[in-house]
Amino acid sequence: MEKTVLTVIENVPVAKDVYKMRLSGAAGETGPGQFINIAVPGRFLRRPISVHDACADGITIIYKVIGGGTEDMSRMEKGTRLDVLTCLGNGFDTAPSGDAPLLLGGGLGTAPMYLLAKKLVCEGKHPRAVLGFASADDVFGADELSSLGVDVAVTTVDGSLGVKGFVTDALPEEFSYVYACGPLPMMRAVYDKTKTDGVGGQYSFEARMGCGFGACLGCSIKTTGGSRRVCRDGPVFRREEIIWETREG
Amino acid sequence: MGNAGRLTTELCGITLDNPIIPASGTFGFGYEFAEYYDINCLGTFSFKGTTKEPRFGNPTPRIAECPAGMINSVGLQNPGVHAVVEHELPRLRECFHKPVMANVGGFSPGEYAYTVEALDGEDCIGWYEINVSCPNVHAGGAVTGSDCRATAEVTRAVRRVTKKPVIVKLSPNVTDIAEIAKAAEAEGADGISLINTLLGMRIDLRSKKPVIANKMGGFSGPAVLPVALRCVYQVYEAVKVPIVGMGGVSSAEDVIEMMLAGASAVGVGAANLFDPYACRDIIEALPGALDKYRIGNIRDIIGGAH
Repeated sequence: MEKTVLTVIENVPVAKDVYKMRLSGAAGETGPGQFINIAVPGRFLRRPISVHDACADGITIIYKVIGGGTEDMSRMEKGTRLDVLTCLGNGFDTAPSGDAPLLLGGGLGTAPMYLLAKKLVCEGKHPRAVLGFASADDVFGADELSSLGVDVAVTTVDGSLGVKGFVTDALPEEFSYVYACGPLPMMRAVYDKTKTDGVGGQYSFEARMGCGFGACLGCSIKTTGGSRRVCRDGPVFRREEIIWETREG
Repeated sequence: MGNAGRLTTELCGITLDNPIIPASGTFGFGYEFAEYYDINCLGTFSFKGTTKEPRFGNPTPRIAECPAGMINSVGLQNPGVHAVVEHELPRLRECFHKPVMANVGGFSPGEYAYTVEALDGEDCIGWYEINVSCPNVHAGGAVTGSDCRATAEVTRAVRRVTKKPVIVKLSPNVTDIAEIAKAAEAEGADGISLINTLLGMRIDLRSKKPVIANKMGGFSGPAVLPVALRCVYQVYEAVKVPIVGMGGVSSAEDVIEMMLAGASAVGVGAANLFDPYACRDIIEALPGALDKYRIGNIRDIIGGAH
């Protein structure tokens, strides 16, 4: 974790209620699947947002306007300086991916897939991606992934773009590993569908957090290894650690 | 005298380099914050509330935001006293070299006594903070220490098994907090800490249901500072033992205000969750704040508002 001040250099809508914010400044070395925690003036708790892209001089996030805090964020102008905790959480590990990992993003869960794909491509691997959304208005991130040379399929629940249905309706026949981030029902469907073929995977969870760095125990979940903090031990968990029952209450 | 000496205070016969004590439940067992700064700059800290048995805690969501504060419903999640002794305290001792405050929870006088006895051989423990005030473990937000009799029973049971200072942590969710403080003092409490969180609730406008899975939780943060100051002020008038004042403290000015109300040392809770460096920054800001308000030594202002 690092505490830093970052400056907004771009804050634009990329889909319905979804914004991309580019932040410039020394943000530390962020890996795929990690998140940052942003202090929004006038709000007591920070907003934990997953990292879409990171480089030496800044970070890009993609966030959805859900409540007052993210609505405030959507109105932030270029030049706004933000108090941010960076390099949070235990992100995706690319070591076990094999040559042809599958990246599955559901809705906003698409956001962390770009940095992950970049790293996998950099390591000489050949990731494919399936991105699922509710409707064509919600779709973002597909072109960016394609520009990395990743084979991308898009699904929409209403069929307004790409394959009609869910990400599980557009899975390729073969893949070496799964990286998933999205709503719980989506991740569980992916988990169940890849159960029999013995393909390993990592799943990134969302949680209502207090601190975001492991102190308050506000986001604890039960795993096969005992209780874990989504913010600090996760948000990414390996499939063999997951106990679904406690995730849906 | 340098700035460092101006900040010293005393708590139950043990000198603190400064009055700042990260509050239990916001600072784990210290080692995670030790990754961010040298936590030996603290007066001490109160470690994560420990019970006889391991507890997973309450269902999630456990956190809700409020204007100038938050609600938590963690529910005393901890690995149980034996795992604390075996796994947590060795890690704590590696990064913190002052006496630490052991926060103890329980569901009966016997359980509190069991946990204190299990911890009592640990030299690193300077004080016990007996939490009779967690709003998150009984149905409907009731607390163990909601009346004088229950508080007295727990204090008596713990007093019997240790010679170390016993500080009883009280809830503001009572009719007369001063009476309960007196009951603890009468049973041999060496200090009183207050306030624990206020029982609160938020309702999600989309689902139209409480945000917190357990419906209610403990409200803390800057919004509760005036309630905490009032309680500390009342308890200072009622007892002779020292007070650890806490509730909404997030700046050096708040620390001074809390000590003027009657606190000998000051807990900092929710502020740590927003900013992991909060306690370090408050300690660094204290000498300047003392200068600004023409205070020589911080210990000279304890109870100054009375």
